[in-house]
Amino acid sequence: MKPRCAISRWTWVLACCAGALAPIGNCAAAERAPAYIAIPSGSFASTLSNPSDNNSPVRVERFALRETPVTNGEFLSFVNAHPEWRRDRIPATFADASYLHHWASPSTPGPGQDDRPVISVSWFAAQAYCEAEQARLPTWYEWEYVAAASKTSPDARRDASWRAEILRWYGRTSEAPPATVGGTANFYGVKNMHGLVWEWVDDFNALLISADSRNQGDPDKLKFCGAGAISLQDRENYAVLMRVALLSSLQGADTTNNLGFRCARTLPDAK
Amino acid sequence: MKRVKLVRNIWMKAAALVGLVMCVQTSMAAAQSPAKLKGDFGPPQGEPIHAVLTSPPNVPPAIHRKYPAKVIVDLEVVEKEMAISEGVKYMFWTFGGTVPGSFIRVRQGDTVEFHLKNNPNNKMPHNIDLHGVTGPGGGAASSFTAPGHESQFTFKALNEGIYVYHCATAPVGMHIANGMYGLILVEPPEGLSPVDHEYYVMQGDFYTSGKYREKGVQPFDMDKAIDERPTYVLFNGAEGSLTGDKALTAKTDEKIRLFVGNGGPNLVSSFHVIGAIFDKVRYEGGTHFQENVQTTLIPSGGAVMVEYKTKVPGSYVLVDHSIFRAFNKGALAIMKVDGPMKKDIYSGKELDSVYLGDRAQPNMASVSKATQAAASGTLTLQDQINAGRELFAGTCSVCHQANGAGLPGVFPPLAQSDFLNSDLHRAVGIPLHGLSGKVTVNGKEYESVMPPMSQLNDDEIANILTYVLNSWDNKGGRVDAAEVKAERARTVPAPAAGH
Repeated sequence: MKPRCAISRWTWVLACCAGALAPIGNCAAAERAPAYIAIPSGSFASTLSNPSDNNSPVRVERFALRETPVTNGEFLSFVNAHPEWRRDRIPATFADASYLHHWASPSTPGPGQDDRPVISVSWFAAQAYCEAEQARLPTWYEWEYVAAASKTSPDARRDASWRAEILRWYGRTSEAPPATVGGTANFYGVKNMHGLVWEWVDDFNALLISADSRNQGDPDKLKFCGAGAISLQDRENYAVLMRVALLSSLQGADTTNNLGFRCARTLPDAK
Repeated sequence: MKRVKLVRNIWMKAAALVGLVMCVQTSMAAAQSPAKLKGDFGPPQGEPIHAVLTSPPNVPPAIHRKYPAKVIVDLEVVEKEMAISEGVKYMFWTFGGTVPGSFIRVRQGDTVEFHLKNNPNNKMPHNIDLHGVTGPGGGAASSFTAPGHESQFTFKALNEGIYVYHCATAPVGMHIANGMYGLILVEPPEGLSPVDHEYYVMQGDFYTSGKYREKGVQPFDMDKAIDERPTYVLFNGAEGSLTGDKALTAKTDEKIRLFVGNGGPNLVSSFHVIGAIFDKVRYEGGTHFQENVQTTLIPSGGAVMVEYKTKVPGSYVLVDHSIFRAFNKGALAIMKVDGPMKKDIYSGKELDSVYLGDRAQPNMASVSKATQAAASGTLTLQDQINAGRELFAGTCSVCHQANGAGLPGVFPPLAQSDFLNSDLHRAVGIPLHGLSGKVTVNGKEYESVMPPMSQLNDDEIANILTYVLNSWDNKGGRVDAAEVKAERARTVPAPAAGH
């Protein structure tokens, strides 16, 4: 039984058009409303332990996650509607110099780019995009919860072939642009959680493996707000750890050639 | 005058007292202390200098500067696929595009401004911990850098010596296992004693999913790494990186200095040069040296300076004397010394040297040619024989001898062997499964154990057998890879139940 209960697109179109309340509501986006997949609530053992809570499993409430990462084509519509996020207008505080550098011009991604995931975007830009889509960035726990699934199982983290597939992508450099979005859906019906791009999460800067990850047990770590999440529960699960390490190395304005994002929505009946 | 002195005295006492209190209160006061630390020769002088970085096995030129300077080091992290062995690719993570990373040379007391650049096409964040840095993490926390970014930090090189640097990003072991280490030399102010050659050699252990020499792109294997079961143990990041045409060179009567590091991540090295005695070893790059050393231990994350004088010409083999690593995992390099023979010091032939020489200068070109030809379907009998000859020399000749004659009573002959010629199918199975127990060859009984040659692939076994069949008056014939594959796939029948 695969819970493929994609939320009706119309729900969101309605929400959008009725939503004069929404601060940055934009009905143009509704023309090609992206699919969001409802993810049932549940508990799971996160790769990041939570020592303050006796390493107990993490509870993820019901929410909706975008089926695919945001594409260059989709990001172009956003930039057209909100030109302050064009690469030639964005303040340096919100994005570094490499922001959207792979686009042919500030308003053209270039040939063949439309269906590829947008990369080289800052956290600020990703967040603004999601807001414009009446959504938000997923939290790390939400992202990790969905990413733990393989095609057939909600938690495939002990499956060596699942891990090998993730590592295969790590083992290739990114001289060529990423492939187009789509392909095989995982257990929940979500696509491209692995093997395409790194993805921003809302709380990327609270994951905090410290910049020097060998300092486990260092009293200094309590200086940092993410201290509870420093040590890694399952060191063998290094495939996920490498994603955490990447996110930990970033600041909100940073962009990289492999880093894109997808959005999430809190569902009304979530507690 | 007196009053002035008195006042000044009181002032000084007060200042001293305040200083003391500050010292007690916070260690920050130490930074303001006028007393210089050992190795601190004051603020940098002159124009900033860009450090010369070199790829292994080269070492930057000696520093003849007489004053402490500001030295700028630009080091780029590059993730790239390179050959780890003939026909075997691996995704290395590198400091400066090589394994080990670029060699850095500074002078004691220099202020080093370090720029770590993470290539935009890299997937991973990286940082650097230099063992020559005094400060938390050796620079690691200050240099954590996302792809497409650059970090900068500055340190004063207080201690002279040869130091390992490495990446310390999680998972640390994996970053090191992928080749992220190198050496930084902090020269004493008076410099090191002059020598004729300085070389840079660094050992590392590697963990691939496939077996030793299994062809194709081989991914990293975390399970093997955690269990400390390396597939390869290598000098300078690849099999053959310091052999054949790439061997280190010298002439007789020259002084050699080797900077030898060990990146690990797991193994310690029993570093030895076959046929040479080290005149001096500075263990761990420390100030004192030991003399007349045969084998020196290099810990993972450590380095030594080794000095010796070349006396007798020939090929000298650098090994990890944990010796299976040398001959079965690749930890082998060559220093080729040219010059007139010195029969008074050494004359005659060493039995081992033939074996080592064969392994030392592999001419694997014919093997590559055969592999390509097999892939494109144009493999000729001669291709197979040529490739087989090289492989035979490396793998089989140790026991069966280069002329196929074997050793009487110990290793059966392959030349004009009735055992071989009477059953080709059986012959295919022997390198695959090994052979033990009594056999009769050309009327003589042999009872020894040949282990399965599981490091050889189907092509290689086919080529070796084809070479053997067409050599030494054997009856000729040809074995193809498909035949070997079929035999490999066939399960060995279980021995009959004994009860």
